[in-house]
Amino acid sequence: PADTFHNLQELRHSASLATKVFIQRDYSDSTICKFQTKFPAELDSRIERSLFEETVKTLNCYYGEAEKIGGQSYLEGCLACATAYIIFLCMETRYEKILKKISMYIQEQNEKIYAPRGLLLTDPIERGMRVVSFANTWDVFLSVGTTLKELCTIYKL
Amino acid sequence: MKSELTLLTDPVFLVLLRMIHLLELQSVVLCAGPEAVNVTCEETYPHSSMDWFNQCSRMEKAQSFIVNILPDCFIVGCPYLAVHLSPAIPVFAVLLFVFVMAMLLRTSFSDPGVLPRALPEEANFIEMEIEAANGNVLAGQRPPPRIKNVQINNQIVKLKYCYTCKIFRPPRASHCSICDNCVDRFDHHCPWVGNCVGKRNYRYFYLFTLSLSLLTIYIFAFDIVHVALRSVDSGFVNTIKETPGTVLEVLVCFFTLWSVVGLTGFHTYLISLNQTTNEDIKGSWSGKNRVQNPYSHKNIIENCCEVLCGPTYPSVLDRRGVMLEDSTSPTPSDASAASTHKSSNPVSQTTKSSAPLIPNEHTPDEAKPSIGAGTQKSTSSPKEEKPPSPTSPNAVAPAVIKESAH
Repeated sequence: PADTFHNLQELRHSASLATKVFIQRDYSDSTICKFQTKFPAELDSRIERSLFEETVKTLNCYYGEAEKIGGQSYLEGCLACATAYIIFLCMETRYEKILKKISMYIQEQNEKIYAPRGLLLTDPIERGMRVVSFANTWDVFLSVGTTLKELCTIYKL
Repeated sequence: MKSELTLLTDPVFLVLLRMIHLLELQSVVLCAGPEAVNVTCEETYPHSSMDWFNQCSRMEKAQSFIVNILPDCFIVGCPYLAVHLSPAIPVFAVLLFVFVMAMLLRTSFSDPGVLPRALPEEANFIEMEIEAANGNVLAGQRPPPRIKNVQINNQIVKLKYCYTCKIFRPPRASHCSICDNCVDRFDHHCPWVGNCVGKRNYRYFYLFTLSLSLLTIYIFAFDIVHVALRSVDSGFVNTIKETPGTVLEVLVCFFTLWSVVGLTGFHTYLISLNQTTNEDIKGSWSGKNRVQNPYSHKNIIENCCEVLCGPTYPSVLDRRGVMLEDSTSPTPSDASAASTHKSSNPVSQTTKSSAPLIPNEHTPDEAKPSIGAGTQKSTSSPKEEKPPSPTSPNAVAPAVIKESAH
């Protein structure tokens, strides 16, 4: 039993490592929020390069739009300053509106493209805007199934 | 006249005491100043939840000065000026004071742009990448430093690895050893405000120092006007006898002016060059051999606009979760819902966003009894009573009774 338990832990550990791929930030355009469009090798067999690139490019567009310094951001900034930032109680900032759009887009992409291929795309805001992660949902099911099987053998069910 | 004198003697003593307090605080400012915080990543105790209590006590320094001294300056002269000149004068001072306090509270209680620590999966992924990049390291040899080079605007910028947060720090981010967090666009840790100044709250900090300078100059000017008007009526010596408070406060304002206006001027200079205090102190972009600032637009107005009128960045902290050693965090849907829901309500956000920051003076173990002492004094004492005499029922019984009383 001790051996099987140890193997179980290892299996779970390796399964969890294999389940996630992280796309890092691209800092070539200064500190604006942008993700690398380089296609990771781990996703080679799982998804077409073009679909992946399209998703990341669209996300980059959304973030670029949110962080754009132009007329609307000046207006928002000056108005907010004049009211000692109390106006943010009533009004949603532009960035927040775009973040909502982004989460809806990610949800839509997950439903249409990634779930059928056994992948799960996570929203970067949950990772501190540092990475976009792809989780492998099939391996999760696989590891859960294997874990249950091992538990059955341990407890002789 | 007599009644005025008796009224004024009290404020004089109060002002004297507070002047001493102010001088003490000034020495703190001069010594601490825009600190270049030591980047030490050795401490790896877990990122625990912030307590409001400590944040308030840290902010007290700035608050006590502004709330106690500056209004005192003005209250003595207000009625005279309102009657002789215009009632708009004290009204504008009050408005400016309210703005200063709002900016102070906003700077103090908002998330400076803390980068949350990497979850184990992300940390492991990065470790694997580093090991793959380093190749085989011979036993006994030190592994190479963990640095990534990125090119920004045709300049090579080095990204360092933070051993505490287990991430490669984005450009301009730095680890604050007081807050024990990596902060994006780290400027400095301000002891007066009791918080780090970073990407998200730099503009509030700047507006705070700017409005405070304006307030100090305004009060200084109108105190002089008050003294001058009274002197015209009754002579300078008599004025000093009648309103010694005002004259003292002119002196106080004069000395305060230099530090506050100086700080505002320094930050105006930094903003025009799009630099942070941290970069300025380390001399990252100065000198012939060094890299030129890749973030500057080479245009003062554009730099100012970017820093002050840029977008309001969202907070990426997970305010509801408390990270433990084995890092169990709420489900992604909770976190995204929490961040989007809370970011749309800034006042609650500013109080709730202080949650994940840890108190600076204590390690989590030390912090727990102090928090317990602060909020639950009644329940902590029975616990202390129990261990010394576990066997005697008499000692245990009163302890039990105390607990049940609450």
